[in-house]
Amino acid sequence: MRGLRRLPLPLLRPPAHVELSLRINDEDHALLVDTRLTLLDLLRETLGLTGAKKGCDHGQCGACTILVNGHRINSCLALAVAHDGDVLVTVEGLADHGELDPLQSAFVDRDALQCGYCTPGQLCSAAGMLATEADRPSFVTGDLSGPPGPLDDDEIRERMSGNICRCGAYVNIVRAIADVAG
Amino acid sequence: MKPFAYDRPASPADAVAALAGGSAQARYLGGGTNLVDLMKLGVETPDLLVDVSRLSRDTIAPTPDGGLLIGAGVSNTELAADPAVRRRYPVLARAILSGASGQLRNQATIAGNLLQRTRCSYFQDVSKPCNKRRPGSGCPARAGHHRELAILGHSTACVATHPSDMAVAMTALDARVRLLGPRGERTIPLSELYRLPGDQPDRETRLEPGELITAVELPPLPAAASSEYRKVRDRASFAFALVSVAAVLEIADGRVRESRIALGGVAPVPWRASRAERALRGAPANEQSFARAAAAELDLARPLPDNAFKVTLAGNLLVQTLLELSLA
Repeated sequence: MRGLRRLPLPLLRPPAHVELSLRINDEDHALLVDTRLTLLDLLRETLGLTGAKKGCDHGQCGACTILVNGHRINSCLALAVAHDGDVLVTVEGLADHGELDPLQSAFVDRDALQCGYCTPGQLCSAAGMLATEADRPSFVTGDLSGPPGPLDDDEIRERMSGNICRCGAYVNIVRAIADVAG
Repeated sequence: MKPFAYDRPASPADAVAALAGGSAQARYLGGGTNLVDLMKLGVETPDLLVDVSRLSRDTIAPTPDGGLLIGAGVSNTELAADPAVRRRYPVLARAILSGASGQLRNQATIAGNLLQRTRCSYFQDVSKPCNKRRPGSGCPARAGHHRELAILGHSTACVATHPSDMAVAMTALDARVRLLGPRGERTIPLSELYRLPGDQPDRETRLEPGELITAVELPPLPAAASSEYRKVRDRASFAFALVSVAAVLEIADGRVRESRIALGGVAPVPWRASRAERALRGAPANEQSFARAAAAELDLARPLPDNAFKVTLAGNLLVQTLLELSLA
């Protein structure tokens, strides 16, 4: 074997795994996850909850929006390991025992979708926005010192700008959310 | 994404120790909205993430001198919604609300916002040369796509812009950052956190290796109650600034008593417009003075062929913002 040089071992790092507990749509999960796994991939690939969608996978489209401890976030940019103990709600968890959430009903009534790919993200985003952010100003609120007042179309559009709809169903999405925002 | 180890220490001191025990590739993890994205792109390849996202996430408190102390882990949403910030530093609340989306602001931390990386397309594409990502490999932006890039403070080696809105407002407010590192604690002005690229665009901050931002301090600035943030971008929402202006304006007897101005989207750092501020001191609070101040600052601009529009845009936006504040 003289003359043959020994090749260096490839510098591969072994995957690391971490134990994790999550409450997802009112169900407790004890999991062992690769540290690289995002919440989105955990939901879709490991748990079969395919409601949250992978659009851009870079936080630019909002199709992956879910609620974490009541707040809307992009699950594609959230590492699962960083969410130990958190409470998650996905679009599968919005309805209450088969009874549609008011936002879901409004989206049906207002025909607020075309292909439907962005809809789970739109619904979770609107749910989080109405539940935790409606009493706070947005970029388009004139006077930041007080509460924003009832959400008009401009406010809804600004607050929902993290959810892209390539079909362009925005007009009816705004109407549906306005129905529920009252 | 490359495999990495994960640690979630219980205190900032433990976090500093954990990072010091790792390699030069180890990184602190805040909200992850930028870092996780860069890991997917292969721009960042940490072998260890030290999760600091749950540390000092609830602190927004008055300081003894009447300013405000903001924990590094506070979310962008919470800071923008804070009643004291909205009333006393509206420029900061508006700047934060102008950035990213509702989802990202819920996730992103204050320290992560300050330390986010440029969105220059060459920096984010590992198949391209980039002096910031791979020192000495070159900068294709000058001869390539640079419409969004810098007109001030850039160098031959790098024309990237700092992407933050929040940091622009904090720069105008003379914010200070508290740091904890292997060699102890220190507090520095935010303006000294960032460094211009020169011939070392890979060195973006003056952080020592392993240093962690633990808090941001705002000084008590009564004048900041009259302040505003204006931003121009390619779409009405959820886009980075082409140009932005953070301004504080105090007028007495028709003349400018004090002004604080920073520009965003135009430089590798949040750009404090010191020349404009000097030109305004004592000047009549009118459009002519504002235009002269804008010209004094933008005289420094060295635009590239496709971003020369930013010089005009920045001047117009600055004059409009000051006019708006002077009439309020």
